Amino acid sequence: MNDRPGGAAPQVQSPEIGGVLEAPPGSGKRYERTGRAAPPWLWAAGLLVLVPIGVPVASMLARVLGASDGAWDVLFNARTAELVLRSALLTLLVTTAATVIGIAAAWIIVRTDLGAPRLWGVLMLLPLVIPSYVFALSFLAATGPRGLVADLTGIAVPFLDGLPGAWLALTLSTFPYVFLVTAAALQRLDPALEEAARGLGASTWRVFRTVTLPLLRPAVGAGALLAALYTLSDFGAVSLMRFDAFTRVIYAQYAGRLDRTPAAVLSIALIVIALGILWAEQRTRGRASHYSHRPIRRPTRHRLEGRRRAVAVLFLGTIAALGVIVPVTVLVAWVVRGIDAGEQIAVPWNAVAGSVVGSVLAAVLAMAAALPVVVLAVRYRSRRTEALERSVYVMFSLPHITVALAVLIFAVRYLGPLYQSLALLVVIYATMFLAQATGAAKASLLQVDPHLEEAARSLGKGPFRVLRDVTIPLIWRGLLAGGALVFLTTMKELPATLLLRPTGFETLAVRIWAAADELFYARAATAALVLLAVSAVPAYVLIVRPKDATS
Amino acid sequence: MRQVTVFIVALALLGSACSDSGFGDTVTVYSGRSEELIAPLIERFEEQTGIDVAVRYAGSTELAATILEEGAGGPADVFFAQDPASLGTVALAGRFSELPEDIHAAVPARFADAAGRWVGVSGRARVVAYDTTVVSVDELPATEDGFTASDWRGRTALAPTNGSFLAFVAAKILLEGEAATLAWLTSMADNDAPTYAGNSAIVAAVDDGQVETGLVNHYYRYRLAVEGPDTVVENYFFPEATAGSLVMPAGAGILAGTPHRDAATTFVEYLLSPEAQEYFATETYEYPLVPGVPVASGLPPLGSIPTPAVDLSLLATELDTATDLVAEAGLL
Repeated sequence: MNDRPGGAAPQVQSPEIGGVLEAPPGSGKRYERTGRAAPPWLWAAGLLVLVPIGVPVASMLARVLGASDGAWDVLFNARTAELVLRSALLTLLVTTAATVIGIAAAWIIVRTDLGAPRLWGVLMLLPLVIPSYVFALSFLAATGPRGLVADLTGIAVPFLDGLPGAWLALTLSTFPYVFLVTAAALQRLDPALEEAARGLGASTWRVFRTVTLPLLRPAVGAGALLAALYTLSDFGAVSLMRFDAFTRVIYAQYAGRLDRTPAAVLSIALIVIALGILWAEQRTRGRASHYSHRPIRRPTRHRLEGRRRAVAVLFLGTIAALGVIVPVTVLVAWVVRGIDAGEQIAVPWNAVAGSVVGSVLAAVLAMAAALPVVVLAVRYRSRRTEALERSVYVMFSLPHITVALAVLIFAVRYLGPLYQSLALLVVIYATMFLAQATGAAKASLLQVDPHLEEAARSLGKGPFRVLRDVTIPLIWRGLLAGGALVFLTTMKELPATLLLRPTGFETLAVRIWAAADELFYARAATAALVLLAVSAVPAYVLIVRPKDATS
Repeated sequence: MRQVTVFIVALALLGSACSDSGFGDTVTVYSGRSEELIAPLIERFEEQTGIDVAVRYAGSTELAATILEEGAGGPADVFFAQDPASLGTVALAGRFSELPEDIHAAVPARFADAAGRWVGVSGRARVVAYDTTVVSVDELPATEDGFTASDWRGRTALAPTNGSFLAFVAAKILLEGEAATLAWLTSMADNDAPTYAGNSAIVAAVDDGQVETGLVNHYYRYRLAVEGPDTVVENYFFPEATAGSLVMPAGAGILAGTPHRDAATTFVEYLLSPEAQEYFATETYEYPLVPGVPVASGLPPLGSIPTPAVDLSLLATELDTATDLVAEAGLL
C-alpha cells in the first residue's frame, strides 16, 4: 500500500527533504478530506505552537500602535524609504540569481548524464550549513590588494564588497533552498508530458521552458520565497559587506538607543514587507499542484556532449568553489596564520555543547510540534487547518531580529523565571523553524495511505494510539529529515541567540561573530570549522541516508 | 522511545549545566566588554576568589537598556560597560548604588562618576587609524574637523552604529553644541566618508587597503598585530584637545538592591587590582587607570594625550541625540 517510488530516478535526496520547503500550506490534494472533525486535543496541540511567537509579536504590535507620533518618525522619512528600496533591490537580485542557479544545478544533476550526482548534490547543499556572515568574512579576506588571492597568485583582484559582495554572499547562502526543492520536484515529475512535447519535435530548451518549468513552478516558488525572506532579514552579511539595508537601521536603533520603541516600529515594518512577499508568492502560485507525487518511471537523462558537458562542469564547479572551497580555504588559512603567530587555538567546547544542546532540543521539539499541525493539515483538511498551517509558515517568514526583540520585550515583563532561560530560547528556535519540520512531515504523511490509520481505528484503537503506533512510525523518516533541517538552521542562528540566551550560554555562531568582531580571526575560523564539522552529522542524515533507505 | 526520552532529559540537564553557575557565591555581570577580551580575566578572578561569575555579553548600550527594562530585582549585579555613556544612563536612572570610597577614588577623578556611582577601570583613546603605505603623518589634520576637507573625500571611515563613535558624537555635542556636531556629521557624509559596522571592521579595512584612514579606538591596531605582525596600520593621536582626542573609560558599577553586594564589590575591586590593571595594559592594550601601572610599550603616555573639557558623567544625556544626529546626517 505504502508504495515507495519503485525504480525512480537515482535520488540526490529523499522526497521528504524537498517537501521540507516545498509542501506549502494548502498544497497536496492527494487524499480528499474525510469530513471527520478533528479531536479537540489535536486542535489544542496545534494551536499551542502559535503561542510562543504569536503572543509576543501581537504584544509588540500593540506597543507600537500605542507609541507616540515621534516614534513613527523613524519610519516615515526619505532615508528609511531609500533603505527599503535598497533592501528590495538586493532581495530581487539575490532571489533571481538563487533561482536561476538552483534550477540549473538541479536540472543538470537530476536530468543529465553528467555523473556523480551524489557528490555534486552534496556540494550544492553544503553552502546551507555556512552562515551568510562567514561567506562575507571569507570573501572580504580573499579579495583586495592584500587579500588571500593576491597573496597566492600575485594578482590584485578588486574588493568584493557593497552590493556585489552582499549579492554573492547571500546568493550562495540561499540557492541551496531552490536547488533542494527543485531537485526533489524534478525527481517526482512525471516525464510523460515532457516526452510528449519532445515527440512533437520541440527542442530540449523549448521543452524545459514551456513544459518542465511551469510544472516546477510551485516548488521553485517555495524555494525562491525562502531565498527572498532570508535576504530581506539578513543582517550579518549586509553589514560586513557595507551594503546599507533596512535591517541595519533596525540594528542601529536597537543598539544605539535606550528606547526600544523605534526599533519595534521598524521591526513591524519589516514584518509587513515579509508578509507582502509571502502574499505575492501565493497570489502568483495559484492553487494548483501539478506534479505527480509518484513518478511512474525513470525520466530519461539528457546526454551532455563536448562543449555542453564542459560548460555544465564549469558551472557546477564554480558554484562549488565559491560556495564551499573558498570559505573553507580562508578559514583554514586564518587558523594556520594564528598558529604561526603563536596564538593558542583551542576548540571552544562550551560553545560546541551550547550549540549542540540548543539545536538538538530545538529539533526534537519542532518534530513534536510538527505532528499535530501535519495531522490536522493532511487528515482533517479544512479551511481552518489550512489557516493553521499558513500561520506556521508566517512564523518562519518573520525576521529573526524582530521575533527576538518581541520575545525579549515580552519576556522581561511577563514571563518571570522564563526570561533568559534555555527553555524559552529553545521554544523560540523550534517555533521559528517549525515550518521546516512540518514541511518534511507533511510530504511524508501525504504518501501514507489513510486506510492504514482507518484500519487501526476500526480495530478499536483511539486516535492517540493510532497516532503513536501507526502514523508516527510511518512518517518517522520525514520527521527526522525535518528535525535535521531545524538543527542545521538553529546552528547558524544568531540574532535570537544573542538577545534571548541564558547568561553564560554560548554557541558556535556567537563565538564566530564575537571573535571576528574583535579581529581574532583564528579563533573565529576555528569556531566556524567546528560548526561545519558538527553540521556534517545532520547533513549526512539529510543527504546520504535517504538514498540508502530507498535503494 | 524510553531511550530517546532519557537522552533528551540528559541533554536538557547538560544545557542547564552550560548556563547555571553552580554553588557558592555568585555574581552576575552584564558585560559590554567582549568575551574575547574579558573571559580570561574573569577566569582568574574565579580561581582566586572562589566566586562564580555568570557573564552576559552584549553591546553596552543594549545592556543599559536591558537593565532599565528589567527594573529593580533584575538578574544583573554588576554592569561592566565599554563607555561612560552607557554607565551614565544606568546611573541617571538611579539603578546604581554608590561605590565604596576607596574603589571610587582609586582612579583619577575625571575617569569616575562625580557622584561615585561608577568607576572607570581602563582607558580607551579615540585615534585615527591610518595606512602607513599611503598616508604620511604630516598630511593628517589637527582635529577631526580637518577630514571634512575635499582632499579627504572618501578616505576616512566612520562606524556610525558603534557605541564608542556615538559616545564621541555625544562628547562633541557637549563641547560644540548640536548644530556644529550635525554640521560636522553632514560634512563627513557629504564627503563620502565610508561607513563600517564597527571599529574592528575599519581597522581591518585599513589593513587590507580598502580605506586609508578611520576614526576608531586606539587598541585595535595592537590586537591586529597579534595575528598579523606585518600590519600596515598605525595610530595617529590628534595633537589638539577635541572630542576626537577623548580618552573614554570602560567602567563598572554595582546595581542597587543586589543581594550579592559583597561578591559584586569584590569583583569591582578586582578590576582595579594591579593584576587586572596589568592585564588591561598588556592583553587588551588599553590604558590602566590606576596610577603607577605601566602602559604597553609603543603607546604614548596617558598624560601626553590632550584632554578636552568634557564631563564624562554627562555623556549619557546626549546619547539619544547623538543617534538622532547621525541618522539626520544620513550616516545610518
